[in-house]
Amino acid sequence: MTLLDVRNLRVTFQTETGPVQAVRGVSFSLGRERLGIVGESGSGKTITGRAVLRLIRPPGRVEADAMVFDGQDLLHATDREMRALRGKRIGMVMQDPKYSLNPVMTVGRQLTEGLRLRDGLGRADAGAKARAALEAVQIRDPDRVMDAYPHELSGGMGQRVMIAMMLIPEPDLLIADEPTSALDVTVQAEVLSILDALVRDRGMGLIFISHDLRLVARFCDRVLVMYKGRIVEEIAARDLMAARHPYTQGLLNCLPRIGGPRTPLPGLDRSGAWASGGAP
Amino acid sequence: MTGSPVSGNRAFVLAGRIGLGLGSLAITILGLLLITFLISRVVPIDPVLSIVGERATEAQIAAVRAKLGLDLPMWQQFLIYVRDALTGDLGTSIRTGEPVAAEIARYFPATLELATLGTIFGTLVGVPAGVLAATRPGSLADQVVRVIGLMGYSMPVFWLGLIGLLVFYGQLDWVSGPGRLDPTYDMMMQFTLTPYTGMILIDSALNGAWDVFGNAVSHIILPAGLLGYVSMAYISRMTRSFMMNELGQEYITTARVKGMPEWRVVWVHAMKNALVPLITVITLSYAYLLEGSVLTETIFAWPGLGSYITDALFAADMPAVLGGTVVVGAVFITLNMASDLLYRLVDPRARA
Repeated sequence: MTLLDVRNLRVTFQTETGPVQAVRGVSFSLGRERLGIVGESGSGKTITGRAVLRLIRPPGRVEADAMVFDGQDLLHATDREMRALRGKRIGMVMQDPKYSLNPVMTVGRQLTEGLRLRDGLGRADAGAKARAALEAVQIRDPDRVMDAYPHELSGGMGQRVMIAMMLIPEPDLLIADEPTSALDVTVQAEVLSILDALVRDRGMGLIFISHDLRLVARFCDRVLVMYKGRIVEEIAARDLMAARHPYTQGLLNCLPRIGGPRTPLPGLDRSGAWASGGAP
Repeated sequence: MTGSPVSGNRAFVLAGRIGLGLGSLAITILGLLLITFLISRVVPIDPVLSIVGERATEAQIAAVRAKLGLDLPMWQQFLIYVRDALTGDLGTSIRTGEPVAAEIARYFPATLELATLGTIFGTLVGVPAGVLAATRPGSLADQVVRVIGLMGYSMPVFWLGLIGLLVFYGQLDWVSGPGRLDPTYDMMMQFTLTPYTGMILIDSALNGAWDVFGNAVSHIILPAGLLGYVSMAYISRMTRSFMMNELGQEYITTARVKGMPEWRVVWVHAMKNALVPLITVITLSYAYLLEGSVLTETIFAWPGLGSYITDALFAADMPAVLGGTVVVGAVFITLNMASDLLYRLVDPRARA
């Protein structure tokens, strides 16, 4: 069953030097599976994720031949319909909890505001649900965390709070935009395994956006490789080593391997025709 | 994770902050008194001469000098000055022979009333205007707020005041003219009503004298509106820039991803953060108005602190000028401290 279908997505930003296309004709579809989107900075992967949630604010412009989520047309949905989808059916975890959590509201208020405002739950019921969500992301002292402000939490803790917040309404699709890039290497694995287990248990769709090809390959079923606003290669994660596109091969080869031969790492060879950003 | 302090600990920290704040308040006020004291000793106005006149004998001069304590060593004079100031004795006005403190107690409520009303106007209009401009940058609303704000910045206050009087008092007769009350009501106020605060709006309301209240409103509305306009120009500009900054933050995206309605994103999520610097802006603009805006008070014949200090200055009445300066300084310090406390209440990061 298709959860999300995107056809020929284009995102344009007006700048002083004229329009810049950040995403130019991206198509993909997604069931209840895990889709990775990989690419270097500026490849359009984050913008693609945000366009799905219609979070691109004017003067940015989103166009597509089709963008359908579970039978609902996202391109022509009203603001009210979009608000009902966001949070409730599609969630998003952002890169750095230092910035993505409101610094002057307690964690508890941020966790419960959706439940109280949207679902009309009382303070006690909402609090109980929020504590359960914190326990689900393996926070052992949910009461203390509920009363804490974001600056009182470590990065790993903050990102778990963020994941808990997005999973409370039990969405069908979660977009994780570099969810571990801002974290210490030591807690990255922990946060990832929590995210992985929750997504697997609840059978939701996942779009995992990252610049780390190997990481994505480990967590996803399928990988889209983006370059300059286009998808240059779509490949099953298990076939990654057989990637044909020179950009994908370049991304794979630019990482050192422990115990591997100590030869200089190859730079990305951008001499091919693909590098100019033309049609793949 | 780093340990989050338990709530009892938080209260303790806050109490410590207040104690520290009071300590620094004392030091600042001592510094203020030192400066006014030094000014009074270096200005080329001899307090003795201005009391005894030019034809006094040596003996008379010496007697007055001793009476004023001017024959004592400097440090002793300063201690006496500090002791007097702290017990509410700011000296005696040369012009009127009355205690400066009593005079200021009469003039200051007029300024307090005007400045408070002006700040309320400025905040009630300026903050929503700034938010409106910030949520629709480049729109017609934004341009209108910008132009109105720019006029508030750049038009001289005395000109706006004169035009205001000409139009709303002279031509349209919607409001009353200069002064705090019409003479009849002024007499009523002075002779039949109990003064509680010296602020006519509050006193007349407490006395239930609604005709006096109405007359006071018709007098204060124009000067308060004028000061409110000037502070609105500043507050709306600042609100716009603070809100623009907050609305571009990632936690705003989070709130939208959670499906929060736009009013909540703007007025709860962004505003709670914008409020932190905004508190400082509003208190500073309030303090500025409380210094007594000389031009406004002159045009509207408003017997406030600004007029008092100006008149004292022209009469070379140094005790009155310095007494006024001490009061202005104390008001400024107090408001600064209040803004500091409010700031901590709003921003949890400043509490730790």
